[in-house]
Amino acid sequence: MEFLIETILSGLMAGVMYSLVALGFVLIFKASGIFNFAQGVMCLFAALTFAGIMEKTGLPWPIAFVMTIGVMVFVAWAVERFVLRHLVNQEPIILFMVTIGLAYVLEGVGDILWGSDVKVLDIGLPSGASDYMLDNFNIYVEKLEVFAALIAAVLVGFLAIFFQKTRIGRALRAVADDHQAALSVGISLQTIWVIVWSVAGFVALVAGTLWGAKSGVQFSLSLIALKALPVLILGGFTSIPGAIVGGLIIGVGEKLAEIYVGPIVGGAIENWFAYMLALAFLLVRPQGLFGERIIERV
Amino acid sequence: MSAFVDPARMAGHSGMEKGEVLLRVDNVSLAFGGVKAITNISFDIVKGEVRAIIGPNGAGKTSMLNVINGFYHPQEGTITWRGKVRRKMKPYEAASNGIARTFQNVALFKGMTTLDNIMTGRGLKMKSNFIWQCLHWGPALKEEIEHRRKVEEIIDFLEIQAIRKTPVGRLPYGLQKRVELARALAMEPELLLLDEPMAGMNLEEKEDMSRFILDVNQQFGTTIALIEHDMGVVMDLSDRVVVLDYGRKIADGPPDEVQASQDVIDAYLGVPHEH
Ligand SMILES: Nc1ncnc2c1ncn2[C@@H]1O[C@H](COP(=O)(O)OP(=O)(O)OP(=O)(O)O)[C@@H](O)[C@H]1O
Ligand SMILES: [Mg+2]
Repeated sequence: MEFLIETILSGLMAGVMYSLVALGFVLIFKASGIFNFAQGVMCLFAALTFAGIMEKTGLPWPIAFVMTIGVMVFVAWAVERFVLRHLVNQEPIILFMVTIGLAYVLEGVGDILWGSDVKVLDIGLPSGASDYMLDNFNIYVEKLEVFAALIAAVLVGFLAIFFQKTRIGRALRAVADDHQAALSVGISLQTIWVIVWSVAGFVALVAGTLWGAKSGVQFSLSLIALKALPVLILGGFTSIPGAIVGGLIIGVGEKLAEIYVGPIVGGAIENWFAYMLALAFLLVRPQGLFGERIIERV
Repeated sequence: MSAFVDPARMAGHSGMEKGEVLLRVDNVSLAFGGVKAITNISFDIVKGEVRAIIGPNGAGKTSMLNVINGFYHPQEGTITWRGKVRRKMKPYEAASNGIARTFQNVALFKGMTTLDNIMTGRGLKMKSNFIWQCLHWGPALKEEIEHRRKVEEIIDFLEIQAIRKTPVGRLPYGLQKRVELARALAMEPELLLLDEPMAGMNLEEKEDMSRFILDVNQQFGTTIALIEHDMGVVMDLSDRVVVLDYGRKIADGPPDEVQASQDVIDAYLGVPHEH
């Protein structure tokens, strides 16, 4: 029993991280209809910049963190100014290709600026097992994972309020719903895009930091984006709750599958289970758990 | 209602007097590739009037509104807004200069509630910064409440209290049109562009909408440009009418005069004519 709970808990924690990455995708997709292939690299780039600034300057982490936010806002601004602005009303596939290019640019710039060796991101996050859980429930959980889950939960709550209750959040949703109508009430698409990419950059920074604190900042970090894809298929590309629930389902699902199905098929199921689940799901409900139903009028 | 009706403030944003020319288009031409949507059109809209724009399907009426609020940029001609001449408007510029509009095919934010849709109309008037908004606290909260009050007044005015919290995608068409009007009114515009606000409505809904339009014009002093196919409505509501046909202006004047014009009768009867 304890073992089952342990498995589910650790799945939830991993799932929270997937949710975070998926959230970055959803934000940009909702507001601009772009599938941002560079989201994973943004996580890497943000974490790399964060670690790099600390390494090179020796500044304390809160200052380096704020500076990194500044860098991500700059990236957002540059993307809008030099890329998106010139491609308004282009086909989605063209915009998608652009984000592939962007992924390479960010990866290259990160490499040039900060080097390609693995960086430890030591910002004093808690580590080791939670004694409390171990003593009281005989359950093993990593403190870092609990901490990561908490941070992610706070971030998600924060984004929910931001989206539902504030002027900018409303403007973001407005742009996502109808460009022309948004323009007619004086919302500037350009400003909104910079904000969305900045928020996505911030989410990427948080995800990259938490992930990096666990296993070091290295180039493989950009691959977590690949885990976000099945999450998006499950949750729907346009749904924030979908990204969260989808992430949790995938996280728990793959851990359970690893333990209970893995031995039957010879293990290593964790690597592909998420895709299988997503694929199966696509057949049943292509718009995702929470996505809007796609009705093609003919 | 009384708090909402503040003619001094409503009419005051440009300081223009009733009867002065608020907007003028001069020799505007607009083409999409080979299609000439608008050819050399000039007319003006004076402060305080209801100006109807009519004409058969494809005459260029919607295109004209799109030029005025900056969606389309004409290849030729100028737009004079409050005495300032310009080649084109930008949508943001038009909105922040007091031009609001509704759309022929309702363009609402479908996933949002009536209340949130109308609140977007207040966006340009809200100033609190990003940080406060994120915290949803302090000046940002105060501002939200203040603007929310204004929005409630508009909701009362248009009698849509019951659908306040309903996602607009679920509303019947007639009510969607009303919410769209509410969103435009929330901007407290000086010029309100209405693109077929009564299309697809039943008689009763049309009467309601006519009454609202007249109230907006008379009580708030809002200048209105109205595209409408229903001649009865046009005759009732408008002070002056401009008639377009195949992208050209064929008549301009008071409703009864325009209605009697032979060119207009021909255009509506589809009498062939040379371009
Ligand atoms: N974005 C566009 N691209 C290409 N052609 C356009 C575009 N917008 C309008 N047109 C063309 O311009 C002409 C005028 O169209 P417009 O929509 O302004 O007419 P309208 O008077 O509003 O007609 P209706 O009463 O049917 O709404 C039409 O021939 C239309 O096909
Ligand atoms: Mg039209």
